[in-house]
Amino acid sequence: MSYHLGYLSLALYVASFFCYARILFSPQEWLGRIATFLLAVGIVSHYFALLERSRWIHEVPYNDLYGSMSLFAWLLGVTYLGLEIFHRQRSVGAFVTLLLIIWIGSLALFAPQAAPGPPAARGPLFAFHVTLNTWAYAAFALSFVLSVIYLVQDRILRSGRAGTAFWHFPALDVLDRMCQSGVYVGLAALISGVIMGFIWAHRLTGNYRWGDPKVVVTLAILLVYAAYLWLSRSANWRGARAALLCAANFLIVMFSYTFVNLYLTKFHRFF
Amino acid sequence: MANDSNSGRAGTARIQIAMIGCNHRTAPVELRERVAFTPQQALSAADELCHKGILEEAVVLSTCNRSELYGVPGEAGPAASAAMEEFFTSFHRVSPLEMNGRLYRWAGSDAVRHLFRVAAGLDSMMLGEAEILGQVRTAYSQALDHGATGPVLNRVFQGALEVGKRVRAETEVGARPMSVSLAGVKLAERVFGNLKGHSALILGAGAVAEQVVEHLQNRGIGSLRVVNRSFDHAAELARRMGGEAIEWESLEKVLGMPDILVTSVGSAGPVLTRELLERAIEARSGRPVFVVDLGVPRNVDAEAAGLYNLYLYNIDDLGEIVEQNKKAREAEIPRAESIINEHISKFEAWRSALEVRSIVDDLRDRFHKDRENVIREKLAEIKDVSPEERQRIAHITEELIERLLEQPSRRLRVGRGMRGRLAGIDTLRHIFGLDEEID
Repeated sequence: MSYHLGYLSLALYVASFFCYARILFSPQEWLGRIATFLLAVGIVSHYFALLERSRWIHEVPYNDLYGSMSLFAWLLGVTYLGLEIFHRQRSVGAFVTLLLIIWIGSLALFAPQAAPGPPAARGPLFAFHVTLNTWAYAAFALSFVLSVIYLVQDRILRSGRAGTAFWHFPALDVLDRMCQSGVYVGLAALISGVIMGFIWAHRLTGNYRWGDPKVVVTLAILLVYAAYLWLSRSANWRGARAALLCAANFLIVMFSYTFVNLYLTKFHRFF
Repeated sequence: MANDSNSGRAGTARIQIAMIGCNHRTAPVELRERVAFTPQQALSAADELCHKGILEEAVVLSTCNRSELYGVPGEAGPAASAAMEEFFTSFHRVSPLEMNGRLYRWAGSDAVRHLFRVAAGLDSMMLGEAEILGQVRTAYSQALDHGATGPVLNRVFQGALEVGKRVRAETEVGARPMSVSLAGVKLAERVFGNLKGHSALILGAGAVAEQVVEHLQNRGIGSLRVVNRSFDHAAELARRMGGEAIEWESLEKVLGMPDILVTSVGSAGPVLTRELLERAIEARSGRPVFVVDLGVPRNVDAEAAGLYNLYLYNIDDLGEIVEQNKKAREAEIPRAESIINEHISKFEAWRSALEVRSIVDDLRDRFHKDRENVIREKLAEIKDVSPEERQRIAHITEELIERLLEQPSRRLRVGRGMRGRLAGIDTLRHIFGLDEEID
C-alpha cells in the first residue's frame, strides 16, 4: 500500500492554506475560489487515500491510530467545506487548513504500514456507527476552532488593538452561526452514530452496554452540546460565554477520544 | 519642484511625456477652486493644447484636490513645460505670479511615476483613498473618447489604472478605515457582519452623526432612527437619510431596539447611564449592542463598558484605531512603490523599444549580422581573395549599411510629429521582425 495520495492531499491542503492565509491580508475573490478548489481537491484525494487504505484492511480505516486520525481529519475538512459553502465565509479557512496540515503532517511522521486484514466481520452498521461518531467529533473540533477565534476576536474588539488580519476576520455573528452549525452537524451525527451503536451492540451481545464508560461519556457529550445550543440563545449566555462553553465542551470530546478510548473502555477499544 | 530628468536627451526623438499641475500640498483650496476643470473644460483644454501644437496627446485630470495636465509634447525640453504652464494660467485666467511655486512639473519617467503614484492613492490627502482611481479612469476614458489621447498616453494611463488596481489588491494601502466615523461603522461590521438586517439609533443630529449615518446607509443598514433634543433637527436628518425621527422623551422606550447606537449630543454628563443600557440589553434578550460614543464630553457612562455583550467605543478609542490604521497604511508604501517601479520598468522597456536610436541600432545589428553571414558564405565559394580584398569588401559593405540607414534615421527624427514617428518605428519593427521583444 502506498501513501502517495496521502502526501498529495497534504500538499493540496498546504497550497490551500497559503491561499486562505493570503486572502486574510489581501482579500481577492479569485484567490478565495482557488483556496476552496484546492481544499475540495485535497478532500477528494484524501478520500481516495482512505479508500485505498480501507480496501487494504477490508474495513473503514478506524482500527489503528493512523487510519482513525486520518478519517477524523478528512471529516473535519468535509464539514468545514460544507459550512464554508453554506455560510459563504472563507476567512476561517486558514485556521482549519492549518489544523489539517498539522494533524496529517504529524500522522505522516509515524504512519505505520497497515497490515492487510481479513474480510470485515462487524458489518456495515458498525462501520456507520464509528464513522458517524468520528464525524461528530470532527464537527465539534471545528466548532472548537470557531469558538476560539470568536473569543480572540471578542478580546480584540474589547481591547481596541486591531491588527491587519482583524479587519478581514469573520464577524462575531458569523462565527457564532458557523459554530452553531458545526454543533448541529456534530449532534446529528453523534445521535445517529449512538443509535446505530446501540442497535449493533444489542444484536451482538443482547444488551445496550449502558454502563460502558465510552457510552456514559458520549451521552455526557450529547448533553453538554445540547446545553450549549440552548444557552447560546439565552440572554445571559449568548456571545462570548457560549463560545467559551463550546470550547470547554471540546475538552470532554478530547477526553473521550483519547483517555476513555485508550484506558477506560474495553468494549470500545479497537487499537 | 521642477524636474526634467530627461531633458538632457531632448532632440534625440525620445518619446516625451510631460505634466504640470498643483494639488492640496502645493496650493490652498481657494486657488485649487479657481484652477479646477469641469469635465467639459477638461476636454476643451485638451483640444486647445493639441490645436496650438503644445501637445500631441493630452489628458486633464481634475479633482477637488488636484488639477493636472498630462501630455506628449510636440517639441521636447523645458520649453514644453513652460508652454503648458502658460496655457494653464491663461486658461484659468490666473496670473503666473499667483501660481509661482504652486505648480509642479515632471517629465519623462518622473511624470509617469507621478501619475502611477496618484492612481495608487499615494499622492492623495488621505493615503490610499479609493476615489482617485475612478477619477483617473474617468479623465482618461473621456479624453480617449474625445480622441485626445494617442499611443503614448494610452499606454501610460492604462498602466496607471493597472497600478492602481494592483496596489489596492496586493497591499494594505487602501485597506482599513481612516476616519473616526467610518472606523465606528467598520467595527460594528466586525460584530454583526453584513449590516443589512440590522438597525441603528442615532442620538444627535449634528455633522458627526450625519457622517456616521452616511456610512451606515452606504452599507445598507436595515432601519435607522434619529433622536435629538430638537425634534425638528432629528426629523430633518431622518428625512434626508430615509430614517425615522423619534421624540427625545421616547429614548428609553426605543433604546432596546437598535443593534448599533451612535451618540453625539452636547451634554455635561452621560446621557446613557450603565443602568439605562443594562435595561436596554435586557429588553433585547442579551443580543449584542455596539455603541459608538462620539460626544465630548462623553455621552455614555464609562462604567457601561463592563456590560456583557456591549461593545463601547468613544472618540478617543476610535481616534487611536484610526492612528494605528494610518501607520499600517504608511508601512505599506514600500510595497506599493515596488509595484510602481515594476510598471515603470515595463513602460521604459516599451518606450526604449520605440525610440529612434533604438530602432536604428537594432536595424544596424540586423544588417551587420546578415552582412557577415553573406560575406562568409560567398567568400567561401571564391578561392582567390586576398586578406586585403576581404578587408576592403568589409569596409564597402559597412559603408553601404550606414548609407542605407541614414535616410530612415533622418526621416524618423525630423517632422511628422510624435505619432507619425511612432507609426514609422512601429512599421519598421514589424517589417524587419524586430517587434517580437516588445510587450
